[in-house]
Amino acid sequence: MGTAAIQQSSALTKDGIFVEIARLLERFRAGEATITSETVIAEDLTMDSLQVMDLMMELEDRFDVSIPLNLVPEIATVGQLADTIYASKTGA
Amino acid sequence: MGLLDRFKTIREVHGAVKACGADPFGVKMDRIVSATEAVIEGRPTILCGSNNYLGLTFDPDCIAAAQRATEEFGTGTTGSRIANGSYFCHKALETDLADFYGKKHCMVFTTGYQANLGAISTLVGPGDFVIIDADSHASIYDACKLGSATVIRFRHNDPVDLDKRLQRIAHEPGNKLVVVEGIYSMLGDHAPLKEFVEVKKKHGAYILVDEAHSMGVMGKTGRGLLEQEGVDADIDFVTGTFSKSMGAIGGFLVSDHPDFDILRVACRPYMFTASMPPSLVASVRASLAKLRAHPELMVRLWRNVDTLYHGLEAAGFKLGRQKGPVVAVHINDPALAARAWHGLLQNGVYVNLALPPATPSGTALLRCSVCAAHSTEQLRRVTDVITKVGLELGIIADRSVRIAAAE
Repeated sequence: MGTAAIQQSSALTKDGIFVEIARLLERFRAGEATITSETVIAEDLTMDSLQVMDLMMELEDRFDVSIPLNLVPEIATVGQLADTIYASKTGA
Repeated sequence: MGLLDRFKTIREVHGAVKACGADPFGVKMDRIVSATEAVIEGRPTILCGSNNYLGLTFDPDCIAAAQRATEEFGTGTTGSRIANGSYFCHKALETDLADFYGKKHCMVFTTGYQANLGAISTLVGPGDFVIIDADSHASIYDACKLGSATVIRFRHNDPVDLDKRLQRIAHEPGNKLVVVEGIYSMLGDHAPLKEFVEVKKKHGAYILVDEAHSMGVMGKTGRGLLEQEGVDADIDFVTGTFSKSMGAIGGFLVSDHPDFDILRVACRPYMFTASMPPSLVASVRASLAKLRAHPELMVRLWRNVDTLYHGLEAAGFKLGRQKGPVVAVHINDPALAARAWHGLLQNGVYVNLALPPATPSGTALLRCSVCAAHSTEQLRRVTDVITKVGLELGIIADRSVRIAAAE
C-alpha cells in the first residue's frame, strides 16, 4: 500500500479527519491552547468569518466533499466539523 | 449580555480605524458641487470613490426628466408594485432595459441590493444549488441566506474550481445556478466569463451575472462584461444597479426565461417593498438613453482610467491586477491604510477605505473609482496627492530610490 493510500484510509475514520483538521487549524491556534474536539472555531481560534469559509473550502478539497455554506452556522466545534465531513464522506 | 454586546469586536475594530483621525465609514458631505467635487469639512474635495462612472448625476437632461416626473406623478409611489400598481414609467423602464440587453423580460427593483436578493433567493429553491464566487458582494451572500437552496462557494474567478465543485454535486437532481460578477467591486477584476459559460453548459447549470460595476463601463454599447466577451446569448440572467453608471438608485433583472413573469408574484424583495419613485425611474430612463446615444462617454471613462492607473503604477503603488474604473491601491496594513485615507481627505481627495473581511485575502485597500467627468487635471491632482501621502507614510519609496534599487 502506497503512502497516499495509507493517508486516504486513515483520513476516512473520524479520528483521521479530526487530525487533519487540527493540522490545518494549527496556524489559527491562540497561544498555547491545544486543539481538541471541543475547541469552538469562532471563539477559541484566531479566525474571522472569511477565514472560516476559506477553511471549509480547503477541507472540501482535502476530503473531496461538499460542505454547503448553509451548514456552517451549525458547526460550532472542531468535533462537529469532523462529524459533518465524516457524514458527507460516508453518506451517514 | 446586553442587546448589542455581540458587536464588541466590530466596535473595537471600528474604534481602531477611527484612531486615524476620522471615521472612514461616516464621512459627512457638506455639499455636492458636481459629479466629481464636494465640500467636506469645509474643504473643496475631488470625489474619486463614488462609483459615478459616467458622471451623469448632474446631467441636465436627467435632472429635467426627474423634475418633470415629480410634477406629473408625485414624489413617491407610497407602496409596492403589487399593491399600488405599476406606473407607466416602471413598465417603460423595463421595456427599455429588456431592449438594451436584447432579452425578452425585465423586472425593476427598488435597489440593486434587492435585485440580487430577490433574483437569487427566488430563482432557486429547496433541493436546488446556488454556486457563488468566493469574493461575491454582500447582496449575493445575503440572497443565499434568504433563499433555501444549498449554497456552495468556489474559488474566486477560477473556472477549474467551479467545474470541480459542480462535479461533486453532479449526481444531485436539483437545479444549479452559478452566480458571478462582471467587475468585482473591491479589486476591480472581472470574471473569465467565456470559461464560466463553458463550465455551466457542461453541467447543465444556469448562470447569473451581476453587471453592477460593468454596465455602462464595458462592451461596445455598455451592456457590460457579457457584451465584451461576446456571450450575451449564453447568460441566463443578468442583474444590475442604477446606482453606479446610471447615477440614481434601483436595480433590475433581465432574462429570456419563458416563465419569467411568475417572479412578479413570487419574489418577496420585489413584492414587499415600495417601488422606485417616478423621479428616479425618469432619470434612469434618461441616463440609459444618454448611454445609448453617447457611447463616447465610455471612451472618456477609459481614457481617465489610463491616466489614474498608469499614474499610480508609475509612482510605485501595488494596484489591482486588471485595469478598470475601480483602481484599488493595496496597502497590507489596515491601520496604515486608514492613516493614508485620512491623509488624502485632509488634502482634498476622497476615496474609499476598504478593510478585511469586506476585502479578499485580508488586504486593506484605498479604493478609487474613476468617472468620465473627471478632468485630466483632477486625476493628476489625485495621483499627486496619493503619491505625496504614500511617500510620507513610507507606503512607496522615492522614485530615485526605486530606480537605484532596480539597477
